[in-house]
Amino acid sequence: MSILGPVMGWFGYGVAVWIFCVGLFGLVISRNWIHLAICLSVMQSSTYVLLLEIGFRTGGTAPVFADVPVGTRAVDPVVQALMLTDIVVEATVLALIVALAVQIHRPTGTLDPDHLPELSG
Amino acid sequence: MTALAPLPVALPLIVAALLAAGRHWWPRRLADGFALGVALANVVIDARLLLLARSHPIVYWMGGWYPRGNVAIGVSLAIDPMGAGLALFAGVLVAAALIFSLQYFDSVGRLFHVLMLCFLGGMSGFALTGDLFNLFVWFEVMGAAAYALCGYKTEDPKPLQGALNFAVTNTVGASLALIAIALLYGRTGALNLAQIGQSLGSSLDPLAVIAFTFISCGFLIKAAIVPFHFWLDDAHAVAPTPVCILFSGVMVQLGLYGVVRVYWSVFARPFGPHQATITALLAGLGVATTLVGAVMCFAQRNLKRLLAFSTISHTGVMTLGFALLKPAALAGSMLYMLSHGGAKAALFLFTGILLHRFASVDEMELHGRGRQLPGLGAMFGLGALLLASLPPFGLFTGEALIIDAAHESGYGWLHGVTWVAAVLTAGAILRAGAHIFLGWGRKQPGKRGQIEEQPETRGGHDHTPPAMWAAAAGLLLVTLALGLAPLRAGCTQIAALAMDTAGYQARGLDHPAPLPSAPVPAAPDGKAIFEALASCLAAVALAGIAVFRGFWPLWLGGISRALDGFIRPLRALHSGHVGDYIAWLTLGVAILGGVLTLTLR
Repeated sequence: MSILGPVMGWFGYGVAVWIFCVGLFGLVISRNWIHLAICLSVMQSSTYVLLLEIGFRTGGTAPVFADVPVGTRAVDPVVQALMLTDIVVEATVLALIVALAVQIHRPTGTLDPDHLPELSG
Repeated sequence: MTALAPLPVALPLIVAALLAAGRHWWPRRLADGFALGVALANVVIDARLLLLARSHPIVYWMGGWYPRGNVAIGVSLAIDPMGAGLALFAGVLVAAALIFSLQYFDSVGRLFHVLMLCFLGGMSGFALTGDLFNLFVWFEVMGAAAYALCGYKTEDPKPLQGALNFAVTNTVGASLALIAIALLYGRTGALNLAQIGQSLGSSLDPLAVIAFTFISCGFLIKAAIVPFHFWLDDAHAVAPTPVCILFSGVMVQLGLYGVVRVYWSVFARPFGPHQATITALLAGLGVATTLVGAVMCFAQRNLKRLLAFSTISHTGVMTLGFALLKPAALAGSMLYMLSHGGAKAALFLFTGILLHRFASVDEMELHGRGRQLPGLGAMFGLGALLLASLPPFGLFTGEALIIDAAHESGYGWLHGVTWVAAVLTAGAILRAGAHIFLGWGRKQPGKRGQIEEQPETRGGHDHTPPAMWAAAAGLLLVTLALGLAPLRAGCTQIAALAMDTAGYQARGLDHPAPLPSAPVPAAPDGKAIFEALASCLAAVALAGIAVFRGFWPLWLGGISRALDGFIRPLRALHSGHVGDYIAWLTLGVAILGGVLTLTLR
């Protein structure tokens, strides 16, 4: 543990960066609106990992302060509230994006973003 | 009186919920009335807040969660005149959009009003909040409403694609902002802007640099700054006209407001010794945005897309005002923003009237058809000249303030950039006006891969409803009046208050702080008036040259072909493919972050 300690301390941040980059890469190369929406959701989940990692305290318990002595070490409850808000907000946007994609599919029969080249120049 | 503070946010959202719940049995006119009533109520409340906040910036703690000492657990609204003024302006534009849409859409459905009110609530919240995380939440609330409004015509795939490009790029921006917020929370343990600023102190560490890069890029995506601007022209070209005026008039500028607010409340002290670097970087972004927007604007023949690129160009000028980091320059940006918002919104509504009448927004399709509407043509031309900074109106005063400050900072050459951009954008609008309302020049057949616009109303109409005239002409009149009103001193005070970092941090945590004062900048001199008049004349001349391209001598045709060779690659970059936009966005973030990390040590 003494050797792994510093490594583990950075592990969460590394995961967050990795997820963000994977999602971003997917967004750039995507050729399908649904695939694109999923990549967006992957990229957003990096913010959940980042928030959790920031609020994490080694050896901390869940931040429920009933039946525990005063001064008990607990993880930060604020980031969890932030994350929940984030999930709600992002779920709304994602639902909207998928709904728009479904509406595009109805008349055109395709989900390829390049199918409609009019929006250029 | 502070009990008024949450109303501009709460009122639209509550009424939106009621309208959504009862949308099947409320008659259309009642929904119209309620929505318009809420927008007007917002205008009145915001005006009251603005007047109060000029002498006493208001801090309102939600649910009575007051701060203890320097620690704020609760969420606050920190209302200073800049925020209140923006919320007020958003209210005015929403009211104008609702009046215009009274008789515009054939079957609008109740959800249009609901979305407009959500949009208004989100914009008000973004302008008034004093909490960093809430800034993100309101960014997304106004975003979600805007995406839905952009793709409101669901039967047509093009608005949907524009809305998707808009939604995806802006959501990436929101994620960037949230990452920055998480990092700042990890460092300071605070979410209140004032408290973050205090805890961060004046120490400049890599984390502050990364956080600033991410959050400013997140908001600059909304502000459509090059290279984050690609979504804007797609979204504007396809969104319903009443929605366009909100996008162009205030939403894009709110993105810039976000950067201004965060910079001056949190980052101004750590970055204080490096102001020259920040100015150079932001001025570079502003110049790129101004020029790219102007050139692309001139290359369009779809009226809405043309106006959208002009918005990008003018937002670049507003960025220059912020970049100089001086109260007078920021005041110039505010004046510029107000008059640009009014004039651009009016121009969009004129385009909407054309679309309603002739079922097209293509410059060449409409060629000569506007001859029967001379009044509209006159107003259209006046709007274009306003955008070319016609003295003594608002864009002229604002630009003169920015340029004066630029001369003091050794950035006098910026004047050349803004002058060229004003001539190009106004020249493009005047050219379109001459084609449409005068029928001058040759009609070019065919569409060069341009967007076909689905009419928002069935077919052509023989007359334009009075509500549409009222909204459009009213906005133009308001813009003219704003330009003549003596706002220079007031805006400078407002800007000084917005840039008062120590004062904001103290007042944000309920401590008293003296109000700052800034010297009132001098009125524009004769030289500035002469140069602005010259830009108006140059715009008219440019429009004339472009209209009569059939009669050009050979050498002029050569120049034109050379310019085409320069513009074509630029047009090709605006590919309409969202993956490309994300790649540009990533590159922009990387460059901005790289430059900041390398230069700030």
